[in-house]
Amino acid sequence: MGADHGPAKGLTRWIFTTNHKDIGTLYLWFSFAMFLVGGAFAMVIRAELFQPGLQMVSPAFFNQMTTLHGLVMVFGAIMPSFVGLANWLIPMMIGAPDMALPRMNNLSFWLLPFAFAVLLSSLFMEGGAPNFGWTFYAPLSTTYAPPSVTFFIFGVHVMGASSIMGSINIIATVVNMRAPGMTYMKMPLFVWTWLITAFLLVAVMPVLAGAVTMMLMDIHFGTSFFNAAGGGDPVLFQHVFWFFGHPEVYIIILPAFGVVSQIIPAFSRKPLFGYDSMVYATASIAFLSFIVWAHHMYTVGMPIAGELFFMYATMLIAVPTGVKVFNWITTMFKGSITFETPMLFCIAFVFLFTLGGFSGLMLSIAPADMQYHDSYFVVAHFHYVMVAGAVFSMSAAVYYWLPKWTGRMYNETFGKLHFWIAFISFNVTFFPQHFVGLAGMPRRIPDYALQFADFNMISSIGAFTYGAAQLLFLYNVIWTLVKGRKVSDPKVWDGAEGLEWTLPTPAPYHTFSTPPLVK
Amino acid sequence: MSDKAISRTVAKLLVVVVAMFAFVFVVMVPLYNVLCDALGINGKTGGRYEAERVEVDTTRTVKVQFVARNNEAMSWGFKPSVKVIRVHPGELEKTVFLASNPEQVDMVAQAIPSIVPARAAAYFNKTECFCFNRQPLKAGEAAELPLQFIVDQALPKDIHTITLSYTLFDVTDSVAVMN
Repeated sequence: MGADHGPAKGLTRWIFTTNHKDIGTLYLWFSFAMFLVGGAFAMVIRAELFQPGLQMVSPAFFNQMTTLHGLVMVFGAIMPSFVGLANWLIPMMIGAPDMALPRMNNLSFWLLPFAFAVLLSSLFMEGGAPNFGWTFYAPLSTTYAPPSVTFFIFGVHVMGASSIMGSINIIATVVNMRAPGMTYMKMPLFVWTWLITAFLLVAVMPVLAGAVTMMLMDIHFGTSFFNAAGGGDPVLFQHVFWFFGHPEVYIIILPAFGVVSQIIPAFSRKPLFGYDSMVYATASIAFLSFIVWAHHMYTVGMPIAGELFFMYATMLIAVPTGVKVFNWITTMFKGSITFETPMLFCIAFVFLFTLGGFSGLMLSIAPADMQYHDSYFVVAHFHYVMVAGAVFSMSAAVYYWLPKWTGRMYNETFGKLHFWIAFISFNVTFFPQHFVGLAGMPRRIPDYALQFADFNMISSIGAFTYGAAQLLFLYNVIWTLVKGRKVSDPKVWDGAEGLEWTLPTPAPYHTFSTPPLVK
Repeated sequence: MSDKAISRTVAKLLVVVVAMFAFVFVVMVPLYNVLCDALGINGKTGGRYEAERVEVDTTRTVKVQFVARNNEAMSWGFKPSVKVIRVHPGELEKTVFLASNPEQVDMVAQAIPSIVPARAAAYFNKTECFCFNRQPLKAGEAAELPLQFIVDQALPKDIHTITLSYTLFDVTDSVAVMN
């Protein structure tokens, strides 16, 4: 075995690999597969909602679809995709030869396919898959749950363990393995946002594990955490869940902030404006995420003081987020911008994420939220931040770093086509949902009143188009791997900055075996 | 980037993970219950109250309404003997609820109280309540379930009506599980 031996041959390479690039690739492909699965569930939902009345599926199956769509997208698609990016990029960005704990890295990936096999197998069980929404409120998920809820709990435990291992690995890498001279305040922003995200994960994934453990005990061992008859309280579940759930949404979006903060400077050919303030804003958002959870439950009957506290604390988050948006726009200001596909996705991200932020501000106002609560307005809001936020930035990241990973250039025409179809169809899908939501259409219901019919049909057409655009994305990635124009310049993009662009293209199997010196 | 430094980081993080898991059970759950009790939110009433000798405030009259309902498929007969009592704050009042088990099997029930307005919960003191214990009734049996309470003199002046609602849960199965 030489010092720089290549990858093993065949299938065992992927099963036993401890190489951060291999594991990153596994994470990315797995998350894309889950993205298509979760997307297929969304297509079922939109097909049912194409017209009022019940035509495609039974209400019981519709509930399973909304539940699994949420769970698969959050835990199977978005989170693992960013862990994949972290695996590929963090060692290359900080000048480390690999992740700190390569064997645990292998384990944390290979837990995921099993966790999701368990979760998805519940579709074929008697009583059907979990049907209580991705937020699995008790007692719907305890007293009234289908028998498959136990498999759901097991699946959540396993994917939680995977996330915790992944984040411990990332923190251990960033804290201990930075190249000489790479001080914290010189780290690329993607590394910073992931470091903070990893701390959030370590803090709140155990809380999620606690919540599902309490459910398990209520269901099988006669405890009454959430059961009123035994002195428990269903509202307790909502507090515990959202104490995890709110940091969770920042876990999803912070790495996206990091990606955008890498790509916008590259195509604006200017350094990122306000690097320090970006770091502090990220840390502030992470801190605030722990004290705003009850804004998801304004309608449970909290005392007025509680409503006001959570309302003001939530509004406060707009300040560091505003700092970030300001910095991205100022980075572009007077830059020599070119509009390659990654940049298009990033500009759309800034625009649409800000829109999602504004509807979030509307929802943060407790008295107004009494009206918006559990309506399609909420669905529109979180898809603006989850899809146009996390998924758009993920698309940008793949186009931006794919040439570095593979040594081949993606097809720019297909890329731009993917972008424009995605951008337009995304808005066609979700913008009308603001209107039906404000007009009173509730979420998670397979039927609706006649006056919502037109907007829902528009929404469904947009969703089918958005789904098809992802197949174009897949085609473009495969086209790149097979037929893409070969590139060998270390700096694939002329404005790109950072250690990963000093490495040869495509990135060799082993990089930075001797750490670079960062000035 | 020594292995030792990495191990130290991992050890610290593992402590955080275990601590956060424990935090849910030893902090969040008890803290939630303590806060609900202390602030009287959620309309939960407290446990047994030790009566003190106090002046009865005859200048005020508060209407106390009783509501009884069954949870889900609970089949018992369950109702208050009187629907409304007018009380002076500080006065000890007694009433009974009537329960009957129409089934052919022995059953166990648990009544869960709730008060509206929730603000009044902290001022509604029970010296005796059937809700403190589970209520077993044999097949076909009926019983009078006692309730004694004092409305506190410190009850905010703007509250003139208090509604006390009991929901009766069938806990026969979970009692069997625990035994």
